[in-house]
Amino acid sequence: MRSTQFHNRPLPQTRRRGIKPQMHHALFFHGETLHLLPSGALYWPARETLAVSDLHLGKSERLARRGGTLLPPYETQATLEKLDRDLDHTAAETVICLGDSFDDLAAAEGIDEASRLWLTRLMAGRDWTWITGNHDPGPIDLGVTHRADLKLHPFTFRHIAKPEETAEISGHYHPKARLAGQSKPCFLADAQRLILPAYGIYTGGLRSHDAALTALLAKDALAILTGPRVLAIPMPR
Amino acid sequence: MTTLPPAFADWFAAKGWTLHPHQLDMLARSGDPATLLIAPTGGGKTLAGFLPTLAELGPNPAPGLHTLYVSPLKALTADIRRNLGTPIEGAGLKIRVEDRTGDTSYTQRRRQRADPPHILLTTPESLALLLSYEDAPRIFAGLQRVIIDEIHALAESKRGDQLVLQIARLQSLNPNLRRIGLSATVENPPALARFLSPRTTILEADPGPDPDISMLETDAPPPWSGGGGRYAIPAILNEVTRHKTTLIFHNTRAQAELFFHDLWLQNAQDLPIGIHHGSLSREQRERVEQAMTAGALRAVVCTGSLDLGIDWGDVDLVIQVGAPKNVKRLVQRIGRANHRYNAPSKALLVPANRFEVVECQAALDAVHAHTLDGEPRGPGPRDVLCQHILATACAGPFNADDLYAEVTTAGPYAHLTRPEFDACLDFTATGGYALKAYDRWQRLRQTHGKWHLRDPRAAALIRQNLGTIIDIETLKVRFRGHGAPLGEVEESFAATLTPGDTFLIGGQIVRYEGLREMTVEVSKTPGRDPKVAVFNGTKFATSTLLADRILQIFQQDSWPDLPTHTAQWLSLQREVSRLPDPHSLLLESFPHDGREHLVVYGFAGRNAQQTLGLLVTKQMESQGLAPLGFVATDYATLIWGLDPVTDPAPLFNLDTLKDGLDTWLSGNAVMKRTFRNTAMIAGLIERSHQGRRKTGRQATFSSDILYDTLRRYDPDHLLLQITREEALRGLIDFSRIETMLARVGENIDLIRRRRVTPLAAPLFFEPGRIPVHGEARDRLATAQAQALMEAAGLA
Repeated sequence: MRSTQFHNRPLPQTRRRGIKPQMHHALFFHGETLHLLPSGALYWPARETLAVSDLHLGKSERLARRGGTLLPPYETQATLEKLDRDLDHTAAETVICLGDSFDDLAAAEGIDEASRLWLTRLMAGRDWTWITGNHDPGPIDLGVTHRADLKLHPFTFRHIAKPEETAEISGHYHPKARLAGQSKPCFLADAQRLILPAYGIYTGGLRSHDAALTALLAKDALAILTGPRVLAIPMPR
Repeated sequence: MTTLPPAFADWFAAKGWTLHPHQLDMLARSGDPATLLIAPTGGGKTLAGFLPTLAELGPNPAPGLHTLYVSPLKALTADIRRNLGTPIEGAGLKIRVEDRTGDTSYTQRRRQRADPPHILLTTPESLALLLSYEDAPRIFAGLQRVIIDEIHALAESKRGDQLVLQIARLQSLNPNLRRIGLSATVENPPALARFLSPRTTILEADPGPDPDISMLETDAPPPWSGGGGRYAIPAILNEVTRHKTTLIFHNTRAQAELFFHDLWLQNAQDLPIGIHHGSLSREQRERVEQAMTAGALRAVVCTGSLDLGIDWGDVDLVIQVGAPKNVKRLVQRIGRANHRYNAPSKALLVPANRFEVVECQAALDAVHAHTLDGEPRGPGPRDVLCQHILATACAGPFNADDLYAEVTTAGPYAHLTRPEFDACLDFTATGGYALKAYDRWQRLRQTHGKWHLRDPRAAALIRQNLGTIIDIETLKVRFRGHGAPLGEVEESFAATLTPGDTFLIGGQIVRYEGLREMTVEVSKTPGRDPKVAVFNGTKFATSTLLADRILQIFQQDSWPDLPTHTAQWLSLQREVSRLPDPHSLLLESFPHDGREHLVVYGFAGRNAQQTLGLLVTKQMESQGLAPLGFVATDYATLIWGLDPVTDPAPLFNLDTLKDGLDTWLSGNAVMKRTFRNTAMIAGLIERSHQGRRKTGRQATFSSDILYDTLRRYDPDHLLLQITREEALRGLIDFSRIETMLARVGENIDLIRRRRVTPLAAPLFFEPGRIPVHGEARDRLATAQAQALMEAAGLA
């Protein structure tokens, strides 16, 4: 178990190049090799870029604020730990958060001091882009690049996939699929788009059978399931 | 002595009826603060409970709620309303009797709040809702009596704990409130009396004649293993023809289905026989109930759904298929036959396999000796208390000292400490997390010494989640294309189906076609063996009382009471090896089919034997004994592996087992399921309401995530403490392993034989073998993914 004293954790002294051997799935997409990681993050080695989607930081706070139940207030910490680990493994120079990074704008502002410091530390020295989502449509007060989409040749990164787009990488749907009796968050990929699973800890999922996804993805799409072993299957529909 | 209204007494006399002595006693005791009446089925128990009410209300009562009647079943409240209506109308009394359950219409419920009837019939869940309204003090002003029917059934579950907390609340509102508990079968009357109130007096009616109960004799001996008792169908059909109406009880729905299917195949006379269990659609159940009341059925194959008190016509024989597992349940089921006072009930036991012959004999002995089983329940569960605190806050601001004082007057919470109470209060107010995150967004807040909801609008959400019954999420089953629902299956069961799979429901084999809008679509498939029928089956564990009696039977020199085939089997075991006894733990070890086997005769009940299997194989794994798998029954665990066990004592060291338990528990599915229930009751997560559940996108995420998060960041959190306590008591049943190890002490005896022993042989046919694996699941998934990709031409 990792220390919960997360804000005191020292920065890694040396960064390892490339990713540590782990069970990622290599996807060839528009001439590039992309690594789909067990955590649900996407790593693009050629550009040393890590992309994650739908962190939903501050979700428990938002639910409590709205008079709902008081969920364990640890999801921001848990999600950041996960992100820290992936950054550590990949030593990514560039980070793209594909939207819905915060559960709402007030959650972004209400994030506790320790988490804010931790996030700032992760961002330090990295080229970091926050793409807006439907949950966090406005600018976030973290002093970084913040935009509706990002073009990084040959890809377009955005929150919600556009049906007519090509070479697109997006999030939003929280896709999941079932294999051998277990349902897991998954990547969905066809020739034109790649949809990332939700990276945040407190996130539900949308089964790949859902009309929203079957309409969006081609017949030969794959679902790549996250978990200790990243496994690809034909997208269940 | 309080007297009945003359009009009522006259009407009663005109019918030619007289009151039973215990009914008169109830009238005489009408001033007592709490009375527990124990009377046999058919003894006019319910009327006895209402007599003081009728006497106090008189012919022309003033308006206002006088008596609250609470029963565990909705159907029972409707039944009582009819039964009570007859004498009240017959005698021309101006007493209003109404029921209020989840089925009561919205307008009716609103009217009841504004203008309550004299007698309100309800369930614990509806009462919880009623008490959570701000006008509860007005609704219940003047309440004189509360009657709890089938109190033994309620006392066994969290519904009962919730109910006594509510009654404590009602008592605070009406200090003069008097309580009556009604019960037929009680193993420990003083304990049930304490549950009702600390000031309870017990009234035991004449129990009536002993039941006429025996084991069914069949031409074919029962099989060596398995359940269902299908071998006995010819003999059972023969009994059905010889009686007017027969109830055929099974322990699980799946077994009832399989049995019913085969019964019809052999029903050459086309006797009208129906099936009734909780997985069938309400329409189907109602049809069977109506046919039965009308006397149109000769037999009904059923499960626990017919256990409790409703009168379904003229049943003159009860057949219990499979060992009853629990004497109390057996007695209750026997009571379903012949609902007439002072007439013996007739019942037959049908052991499903050779071992159950011994268990059935033990049960017969227990019934004749009038001993009942029942594991004592622990202290009142704290998740129920959390819900009660939230519900109390919905009704209005409260003072913590007063609420604590009130809660500890409820039997199950009598020993609740103040710190325990405060922890529950803190959980409801702030979440109770080690990280104090919700100072601003507390759920409950304290102002001028009183606790109240921070946001009064939260009350609606809390009310929606009241109750302690956790519905297993189920899906309706329908024929593809045309409408009538066949019944329901568990969602988790549906998830294991692939198109083409066959299973049994409503007595017919159906083929799974697919899932459509949260409905399982099936088609007819005549005459094939069903692949599966494992939905919703409660697996009862044999009670300690029965297990002890079985060990006693083993100690006899000979077995004249047992059928010859079973007596011979036991003799052979005694010759070849040894029979288990109460003072030691018998282990047998032998090679078979290229594997080493170890049998652990723990007699601790199925759940505990299963847990024992998991823990012992873990130990064996670490000792390098290469276990491959195990299977558990109520009596024994059979473990197989590559190497023989030669030194068993270290495997059964309590401390080592406990350590193993801690590690194993943490990631265990049982714990996660228990956590889900606890979190739902305590108000951490919302129930998904049937019908409102969204398809596709789940607005909520799995409670497993919350469980994992809490374990990692807040391992001492209240809900994890509760979860652990519950899991150990429930499915994991570690306490029975502890009891068993305490019972045998140092006497762990290993007997080595060269081949399978007679007593162990049936274990080899037992279903539910559990593989011991590390990477197996991953390998399976990898292989399956590979196959899918190849099939799609993508690999």
